[in-house]
Amino acid sequence: MAIDESVLETCKRRGISRRRFMEFCGTMAATLALPKAYTQTIAAALSQKRKPVMVWLEFQDCAGNTESMLRSPHPTIEDIVLETLSLEYHETIMAGYGKHAEAALKRVVDEEKGKYLVVVEGAIPTADDGVYCTIGGRTALDIAREVCGSAAATISVGACAWDGGLVRSNPNPTGAVGLHEAVPGIAIVNLPGCPHNSVNTAAVLVHYLTFGVLPALDPENRPLFAYGQLIHDQCERRAHYDAGRYVQAWGDEGHRKGWCLFKMGCKGPEANYNCPTVRWNGATSWPVKSGHGCIACASSRFWDTKSPFYERLPHPAGFGVDVTAGEIGWTVVAGVAVATAAHAVGHVVRDHFHPGDGDGPPPEEAKAEKPTTEVH
Amino acid sequence: MARVVIDPVTRIEGHLRIETEINGGRVTDAWSSGTMFRGIELILRGRDPREAWIWAQRICGVCTTVHALASVRAVENALGIDIPDNARLVRNIIAASQNVQDHVIHFYHLHALDWVDVTLALKADPAKTSQLAQSISEWPKSSATYFKGVQDRVKALVASRQLSLFSSGDWGHPAYQLPPEANLLAVAHYIEALDMQRDFIRIHAVLGGKNPHLQTYLVGGMSTAIDGNEPEAVINPERITLFNELAARAKTFVQQVYVPDVLAVASFYKEWFGYGEGLGNFMAYGDFPSGSINDPAGFFFPRGVLLGRDLATVHPVDPEKIAEYVTHSWYEYSVGDQASRRPAEGETNPKYSGPKPPYLVLDTDSKYSWLKSPRYDEKPMEVGPLARTLIAYASGDAQVKKIVDSVLAKFNAPPTALFSTLGRIAARAIEADIVVQKLPEWIAQLDDNMAHGDVRIHNGDKWDPESWPKSCAGFGLEEAPRGSLGHWVEIENKKIVNYQCIVPSTWNAGPRDAHGQRGAYEAALLNTPIADPERPLEVLRTIHSFDPCLACAVHVVDGKSRSYGRDGVAVPETEGSTSLPPVPAALYKAVVQGGL
Repeated sequence: MAIDESVLETCKRRGISRRRFMEFCGTMAATLALPKAYTQTIAAALSQKRKPVMVWLEFQDCAGNTESMLRSPHPTIEDIVLETLSLEYHETIMAGYGKHAEAALKRVVDEEKGKYLVVVEGAIPTADDGVYCTIGGRTALDIAREVCGSAAATISVGACAWDGGLVRSNPNPTGAVGLHEAVPGIAIVNLPGCPHNSVNTAAVLVHYLTFGVLPALDPENRPLFAYGQLIHDQCERRAHYDAGRYVQAWGDEGHRKGWCLFKMGCKGPEANYNCPTVRWNGATSWPVKSGHGCIACASSRFWDTKSPFYERLPHPAGFGVDVTAGEIGWTVVAGVAVATAAHAVGHVVRDHFHPGDGDGPPPEEAKAEKPTTEVH
Repeated sequence: MARVVIDPVTRIEGHLRIETEINGGRVTDAWSSGTMFRGIELILRGRDPREAWIWAQRICGVCTTVHALASVRAVENALGIDIPDNARLVRNIIAASQNVQDHVIHFYHLHALDWVDVTLALKADPAKTSQLAQSISEWPKSSATYFKGVQDRVKALVASRQLSLFSSGDWGHPAYQLPPEANLLAVAHYIEALDMQRDFIRIHAVLGGKNPHLQTYLVGGMSTAIDGNEPEAVINPERITLFNELAARAKTFVQQVYVPDVLAVASFYKEWFGYGEGLGNFMAYGDFPSGSINDPAGFFFPRGVLLGRDLATVHPVDPEKIAEYVTHSWYEYSVGDQASRRPAEGETNPKYSGPKPPYLVLDTDSKYSWLKSPRYDEKPMEVGPLARTLIAYASGDAQVKKIVDSVLAKFNAPPTALFSTLGRIAARAIEADIVVQKLPEWIAQLDDNMAHGDVRIHNGDKWDPESWPKSCAGFGLEEAPRGSLGHWVEIENKKIVNYQCIVPSTWNAGPRDAHGQRGAYEAALLNTPIADPERPLEVLRTIHSFDPCLACAVHVVDGKSRSYGRDGVAVPETEGSTSLPPVPAALYKAVVQGGL
C-alpha cells in the first residue's frame, strides 16, 4: 500500500490523474516487454519526490533526433519533461538562452555531479582544435568531456552521436567522431538510427529510472530489445521474399501489392533494428511499409558501408557467399525450412512459388546453398 | 556602450550566436554568427545522384523532407525527367503538411516563450481564461475546469522547484505584457500543440515511412505505390480517408487555435509592428506546382522579388543576380575575399580565422561566421513566410489579400506594418491558414486520379544510369517553411561531381558583405528596445520571428584542407583530390534557361 500512497501523492503533486499516471507506467512496462506486474514497480520508481535531472546536448547535428523525441507517442514528450524527468538543458526547446542557458548547464554539472543523465545528439569535430562546432565560445569536445564526464550515464541518440554518422562519412571534412571515441570510458548506451526511434529511447529512460541500471546491451552498447534482431526477420514483406516475389520496378504490380523490395536495394537483410515492430509516429508506418527499401540506418558507419542504397545486396547475410542476388529467392524456396528455423522468427512461407515472377533460374537449377545458422 | 552576446541562441535549430551593441536602451549594432560546420556538399561528391536526396535531407531534421525535395528536383532537372501527376500531388501534400506542422511548432514551442510568462499563468482566473478563450475561438477545450487542470499542472511543476525546460526562463522580465489569463491560455495551447504536431505528422509516416527524415522520394517520382484496388498499396482508399481526417483536424487547429492565439498575443504587443523591420527587400522562388515544375505561373505560392518596401512592383527572379560574399565568413576565395561569386562558380574553401576557443567575443571587424552572405543584385534579401505573403499580396492573390487585409483591419494597420517582428509571426500564421485550406484539394485530386485507375507514381525512363548523358547539370528550387531553397547538382559519369545549396537561413542569418551591408537578422535588430541588457529577451523576439535554422544555413564545405580516409583518419592530401571544381558554364546556363 505504501507504493499506492506514494503514487497518489505523486499524482496530486504533479497535477495529473492517477489513472493517467498508471496508464503511462503500463505502457512503459509493455514497451520493455515486462510482465504487467512491473507497472507498480515502474510507478513506484517514478514517484520519487525529486525527479531525476537530464540534460540534452546537441553538437554537429540536424536536430532530427530532437524532433523524433517531440513525436514520442508513449510516453509523450510532455509526459517525459513534465512528469518523469527534469530536462534542465536542451537548446532546441528550453526557455533560457545565452548566459541563462549556460548557467543552467553549469548548475547541473556542479550540483548534480554523478547523478544526472545526459543525452547527446550529433557528431563531435576533432580537426583544427574543434573550431567546427562551438557553443557559448566553447568547443563541442570541451563541453562533452565536462558534461558527460560527470554524469551518471550517457545516452547517445542517432547515428552521428554514435559513430560520427553522416558528418563522419568520407571524406570527413571536420574530423568528426562519435561520442564514445571523443570521450572514452564513460557509461554509455547507444541508440543509433537516423534518427533514433523515440519509442526505444523512452523505454531505455524508464528502464534506467525503474531499475537503476541500463537495459541489456550488445557489444556496441545498443539495447538488445531494440537492436537484437534483423529487420529482414521481422519484415511484413518477408513472406514475399521467401516466395521469390520481388518488386522489379517502382510502381509495378508487385510494388502496388506490397512485395519484397530486396531487388530495389533494400538493406533489411543486413540491418538490425526494431523498425518493423515498433514502427514510427505512433506505429503508423515505417519505410518498407511505405514502399522504399531500408537503408540500414542503425548499422555501424552505414552511410559509407551500406550505400549505394539502390544497389541490391550482393551477399545477404545468412546465405552462402557465392550465391548471387538474383538467386536468393530461389535458394530460399529450396531451403526454406532450414532458413526459417535459422532465423527463429516463426515466419512460414504461406505462398507457393509464383510462376512468371522474378528472373532467377527455376528451382531445380538454383544452387541450393546450405543456409548458415549464424546468429544475426 | 556594451557588447551583449547571446550564445547559444536557444529555441532554434542549430548553433547561432548573436553579438549586439546596446546604447541607451537600444540595439545600435548587431552581428549574426553560425558556429557549426559539417560539410555535406563535399560528402555528396562521388555518390549516386539518385540517392543524393537521402544524404541532403540530413542537412536538417527540423526542416526534414525539404532538402530531399530540392535534391530530387535538381537531379530530375539535370536528367530531364518529368514526374507523374500522382508523385507531384504526394510531394505537394508532404510539403504542405511540413509547412503547417513546422509553423505550429515554431509559434508554440520555439517562439511563444518570448511573449508568454509561464509563471504568470499561476495568477490567472480559470473562469476568466475560459471567457477569453471563448471570446476568440470556437475551440471546444475552453472550460474553466479545463484551464484549472492546466493551471494545477503548472502549479505542481513550480512547487516542485524542478521546472524542467522552463527552469531557465526569463520569468518576471518587464517585457512580458500578457495578462495572466492569456498566459494560461497560451500554456494550455503549448501542450495541445505538442499533441497536434505529433498527430498531424502521421501523414508523413504514411507517405514518407517516418518523420523525421522521410524515406520515400525517388528521382522520377515517389515510392508510395498507389492503387485503389490493392489493400497493400501505400496509397489506397483507406489511407485517403486517414489523410482527410488528419488534414481536417489540422485545419481546425490552425483556424481555431493557432491563428486566434497569434492575433490575441499580437494585440498585447502592438508596438512590435514597429520593431524588427529589417531590409525591406523580399524574395520567393515560389512553389506548389499545379502542373509541371517548369511552369512557375502555375505555382500556388507565387515567385517574385520586392525591393525597398515597394509593394507596387513585383520584380521577376533573375538567378544571374545571385552571388555570395565571404568577406566576413570563415572561407576564402581564389579571386580575393572582397569579390562575390555566383553559386554556379561555387567556391567554398573554409579557413577558420576566429578566436581560439574558448572565447568571449568575436572579431566582428574581420570574419565572424560559418555562413556566407548571399546577395541578390548586390542587395541583401529576406526570405520566408513574410516574403511569400507579401509577394502573393503584391501579386494580387485574392485569397491572400483577403486574409491579410482582415488581419490588418483588426489592428487598424497599413500593409507596411507587416515589415516587422510581428509581421513575420502574423504572415506565418496566415500562410498556415492558406495551406490547410489548400491541402484537402490535393488529397482529393490524388483520390480522383486513383479512382480513375491512374496508378503511375514513378517515371522510370531514366532510372537506369546507363540511360544518362555523360555529363549534365541541373537545379531544384523550393519554398521550404523558412524560405527559398535551391540545390544545384552537376553529374558526370553517373556520379555527383559538384553539389551546391543556397538555403533560407543563409539569406536571413548571413553576415555583412564586402560593402558592409548587414544581413537580414543584423538589420532587423537595429533600434530594438532593450529593457535590461543582462536579459536581452527582446533580441530573441526578433531573431525568433525569422524561425532560424542554422544546420541548414551552414552546409558548405572545404576544398583545400585535409582529406580523410573512410575511418576518418587524416590522410596525406593527394593532388586534386579534394578541391571543389568550379561549376561549368553549362550549369549556370541550365539555371538561366530553366526560365526562373
